[in-house]
Amino acid sequence: MAEKVLMKGNEALAEAAIMAGCRHYFGYPITPQTEIAAYMAKRMPLIGGTFLQAESEIAAINMVYGAAAAGKRAMTSSSSPGIALKSEGISYLAGSDLPALIINVQRGGPGLGGIQPSQSDYFQATKSAGHGDFRLIVLAPASVQEMVDLTFKGFDLADKYRMPTMLLSDGTMGQMMEPVSLDMGEVKEYDKSSWAACGTKCEREHNVVNSLFIQPDELEKYNFERYERYAQIEANEVMYDEYRMDDAEICIVAYGVAARVSQNAIDKARENGIKVGMIRPITLWPFPKAVLNAAADKVKSFVCVELSMGQMIEDIELAIRCKKPVLLCNRTGGMIPTTADVLSKIEEANNIGGDK
Amino acid sequence: MVVFEKPHALADVPLHYCPGCTHGIIHRLVAEVIDELGIEGRTIGIAPVGCSVFAYNYFNCDMIEAAHGRAPAVATGVKRSDPENNIVFTYQGDGDLAAIGTAETVHAAARGENITVIFVNNAIYGMTGGQMAPTTLPGQVTQTSPYGRDTSKVGFPVKVCEMLSNVDGATYLERVAVNNVKNVKNAKKAIKKAFQNQLDGKGFSLIEVVSTCPTNWGLTPEKALEWLEENMLPYYPLGVYKDKFAEKEDK
Repeated sequence: MAEKVLMKGNEALAEAAIMAGCRHYFGYPITPQTEIAAYMAKRMPLIGGTFLQAESEIAAINMVYGAAAAGKRAMTSSSSPGIALKSEGISYLAGSDLPALIINVQRGGPGLGGIQPSQSDYFQATKSAGHGDFRLIVLAPASVQEMVDLTFKGFDLADKYRMPTMLLSDGTMGQMMEPVSLDMGEVKEYDKSSWAACGTKCEREHNVVNSLFIQPDELEKYNFERYERYAQIEANEVMYDEYRMDDAEICIVAYGVAARVSQNAIDKARENGIKVGMIRPITLWPFPKAVLNAAADKVKSFVCVELSMGQMIEDIELAIRCKKPVLLCNRTGGMIPTTADVLSKIEEANNIGGDK
Repeated sequence: MVVFEKPHALADVPLHYCPGCTHGIIHRLVAEVIDELGIEGRTIGIAPVGCSVFAYNYFNCDMIEAAHGRAPAVATGVKRSDPENNIVFTYQGDGDLAAIGTAETVHAAARGENITVIFVNNAIYGMTGGQMAPTTLPGQVTQTSPYGRDTSKVGFPVKVCEMLSNVDGATYLERVAVNNVKNVKNAKKAIKKAFQNQLDGKGFSLIEVVSTCPTNWGLTPEKALEWLEENMLPYYPLGVYKDKFAEKEDK
């Protein structure tokens, strides 16, 4: 087993990006993700990489667009209001079929909101990361180790499917320290020569990186093609984790920090004789619809635990075709549900039965 | 004997520009410079949003289409991805560069980003049908200033070369025009110097080309050139606004 080191989530993520071959980081300061930029500012000059503090989030994402268009692994990180500003560039990345990794260390909103952990950008990440028909692969880490693993994986998925990938983290994941292994194996190389704008060397036709298609049938064709790729992702890349689901009658669905709290609540509830387990989505898109739908035939109810006014709960209800009730256990604005909050919601779910 | 031919860096496709528009001349000058410097294989151009949005089809080098105003940021990403090899230019209009993209323009200059910016100023938004631009002259009638640009309500035009001449990071700023043979020749010289600066690692160069828009000015191509001489050039005087290395040489 690889040696483990104690690292802060944001710094572990940054080191994982470097180990994944990313040498181009562009960002703009915002709490609570500044450790990523600070780490990159220290490390990149030492390894021949680029760290650049842009004049705005808009400029930063467009620098990522430029480096990605030139065929390089590039990334940016920000937090909720900053991601909103990046949404224009994210749409252009998607429309131009460019790979990139975007980190959102979520904070409370709307507006300037707060700086404490939140999951209220679920809709933004999974439904409306920018204008137009497109998807992002959205990865949700629930430990510092997963911050590392999913950063590494995120770059690979972005290259594999030529699309932007978002790592949807939160202030808790970014700030907490845990032992991690940085042994992630080989970086898979992808041939980008057929599309990257890195100079023709006068040896080939020019490559054009572009998302403008004035003819509607042409634009439609590209959108159809892109959604065929998305269908492959939905078929092949769904990731989730199950916890004590074997005999569960109640299924908690939670990701990120909410899953950590829920796990403690599940153990407590089990001590009290309540059969409860958890399905934890690791990919928020593609959403683990099939496993949830299958679980709906076994459990009597679901509890969605999230740090928002209830966003992922809509996807759960869709996934299970509303076959069973889904209760919401939530705090928002930067507040985190306690184990007692979740336990109390589990007990409520246990009391209503499944034939509502 | 061939005495005149299309530059290799200019693609052999019909341009979509209106009759009398000077984009064609400016494209050609950029392509000639790319040919003469022998850099087509390592040049990456960034197209804007505006009339020259399809510039990515018109140059034979690799091209990237940027979001409106973001070309200097995209250029930064491309340049930084391989600073030793990549020669990067942006080609932007006045709305793109001096309104929505002002921050990207100023900060690329402030960083001394080693890129070349070709800025086409025709005092109007052409692609969207002739709205008031940041460079629309006082009193100038456009679709969104139908009674003439009223400076008491919407302020004054942005003079990009003058503004950037106060930015320490900027290396070379020159305003040129392509309204007659002499000016075309001078514009070519300036554009070539702006690319040569990049090859020499000297930093941020911007060439502002005062240009016409016969269609949206509502003038014939000839009258548009006259209007440019009588109205644009007095407000936007041609000349070198900054040449960091020339200043050093003088000292």
